[in-house]
Amino acid sequence: MPKTLFEKIWDAHVVHHANDGTCVIYIDRHLVHEVTSPQAFEGLRMAGRPVRRPENTLAVADHNVPTTNRNLGISDPESKLQIETLEENVKEFGITYFGMNDKRQGIVHIIGPEQGFTQPGMTIVCGDSHTSTHGAFGALAFGIGTSEVEHVLATQTLIQKPAKTMRITVDGTLSAGVTAKDVVLHIIGLIGTAGGTGYVIEYAGSVIRDLSMEGRMTVCNMTIEGGARAGLIAPDDKTFAYIKGRPMAPSGENWDKAVAWWKTLPTDEGAVFDKEIHINAADIAPSVTWGTSPQDVLPITGIVPNPDDEPDTNKKAAIIRALDYMGLTAGTKLTDIPVDKVFIGSCTNGRIEDLREVARVAEGKKVAATVQAMIVPGSGLVKAQAEAEGLDKILLAAGFEWREPGCSLCLGMNEDKLNAGERCASTSNRNFEGRQGRGARTHLLSPAMAAAAAITGKLTDIREMK
Amino acid sequence: MTPFKTLTSIPAALRIMNIDTDMIIPKQFLRTIKRTGLAAGLFYEMRFDEQGNKKPDFILHREPYTQSTILIAGENFGCGSSREHAPWALLDFGIRCIIAPSYSDIFFNNCFKNGILPIVLPQAQVEELMNRADDKQDITINLPDQKIVAGNTVYDFDIDAFRKHCLINGLDDIGLTLEKETFISTYEENRSKERPWV
Repeated sequence: MPKTLFEKIWDAHVVHHANDGTCVIYIDRHLVHEVTSPQAFEGLRMAGRPVRRPENTLAVADHNVPTTNRNLGISDPESKLQIETLEENVKEFGITYFGMNDKRQGIVHIIGPEQGFTQPGMTIVCGDSHTSTHGAFGALAFGIGTSEVEHVLATQTLIQKPAKTMRITVDGTLSAGVTAKDVVLHIIGLIGTAGGTGYVIEYAGSVIRDLSMEGRMTVCNMTIEGGARAGLIAPDDKTFAYIKGRPMAPSGENWDKAVAWWKTLPTDEGAVFDKEIHINAADIAPSVTWGTSPQDVLPITGIVPNPDDEPDTNKKAAIIRALDYMGLTAGTKLTDIPVDKVFIGSCTNGRIEDLREVARVAEGKKVAATVQAMIVPGSGLVKAQAEAEGLDKILLAAGFEWREPGCSLCLGMNEDKLNAGERCASTSNRNFEGRQGRGARTHLLSPAMAAAAAITGKLTDIREMK
Repeated sequence: MTPFKTLTSIPAALRIMNIDTDMIIPKQFLRTIKRTGLAAGLFYEMRFDEQGNKKPDFILHREPYTQSTILIAGENFGCGSSREHAPWALLDFGIRCIIAPSYSDIFFNNCFKNGILPIVLPQAQVEELMNRADDKQDITINLPDQKIVAGNTVYDFDIDAFRKHCLINGLDDIGLTLEKETFISTYEENRSKERPWV
């Protein structure tokens, strides 16, 4: 029987199948960071359990690390303790760790692919919802809670039931100014933040195939914003070329064996999905969110919606609440909304391609006097690459801040946060109430559009930038 | 984990869709290395003003809802971040059961790991129960029978049999999985033959 990519990976990882359909599935790779792991290690310690496969586990500090003056250490005592706790845990349990001053340090979902730790056909988990990012490589990757982090550390498995399958096919050619970020924002707008609940989504079609690996990661990254367990993209030559030669990638004879298996993974002709969605690339515009859910998205040419146009009472109440929080009035043109801050970075858009795009838009221009714009590369290696290409010079000359890698203003756990009422054009993934700081207002958009907003001081249609 | 069998309470109704885990427990409370003590951060921005004063109008600050152990909410409850601090905070505050039309997958899963029962009911039934909560009428959750008794009305709910078993008996599923050690070891041996690069 023809099988989907998801079914092939799932079947290759079933350790035990109970009569009621509950499965124990094997986990190939486990990424660990400081925020969601301390209680898991503590649980192991209390029960006297070791980490089953420390060599399949990789740890990094990313959520809490400062993005400036790193030589001074971490000033917040709680953040400091959390990172010190991780450092003690990795030492005690024998796990590879990239510390704050290691040049390989960065956001957990950037460093996995960068090191070749992420590979097709694997099951990959992390105590972080954006683990879906790794699906860009044709790996089944999903976020878990801390109890499950402990479960994986102790057993290298998880207890699960298979997900339903959805395929989203995007065919055609993207219009000028439309990027991977716009594609995924459009998809979330279409299916809603709960549209993917219970599903693993496979992205297919010419647009997805034509995306770079960086673009594919952006799409898979935000799959969780559509509620799905994981996103997947069939591995192809582009995937293999990206992985080849990376420090943790297979080599020699193993490389050939791996590629031969990886090539068997794409969904078979005639395989059946529980749900299929088709999108025409021509319908996707440069997009931006106006509300407090990633599904609150519109083309940049749009206007702030009117709650009175919404017939559903609950949805109408949600729009009223969002407009009140965002300080927006129905009917306002999106391009008339001024911004105070611009954040470029995160596991969604903190990769080298994103920074090249920002530099391309910003070259020879200046950040508006009313705007503070910060760039936080996704990892030390991304930062080094950008500097080798001279991007930092272009960006600094334009007035952007050039910072150290980490999660930063995406969730504001470190000192990078917005003040109440401040409005931010952000390349991150969540515009929730309070996400970037109490009372902070977030507009999600692509790196190019964020760069444009930094220069003009307001939300801007990238196609209008000269 | 505390076993869950039956629970009686006047529920608190939170009429908001897409309550995300950032709303349930904001980032500043995630810098802990413990599972306990998170009640202080539960729904922080809805419960406290910028100076840290209690907002008396918030449902969980109003009588009799200060004593609620059941929360009723809008669809897609617990979406967003995977932080298990969300169910930890709910539990620490005293919430043992949530009723909503739908949940995010990760949050839903995290609840079971902490002895919290998340019940899915159709929107119309959720609204009936919310109205009843507003009238300060209690309800009883009976997990073994999979029923909610609300006065003269009884609602049936579905739950995965394995999860029900673990909740009722307060089981730690790491212990259960470790009983399958032979299966895991066999899988690992096969994996290193079939996919030696992994």
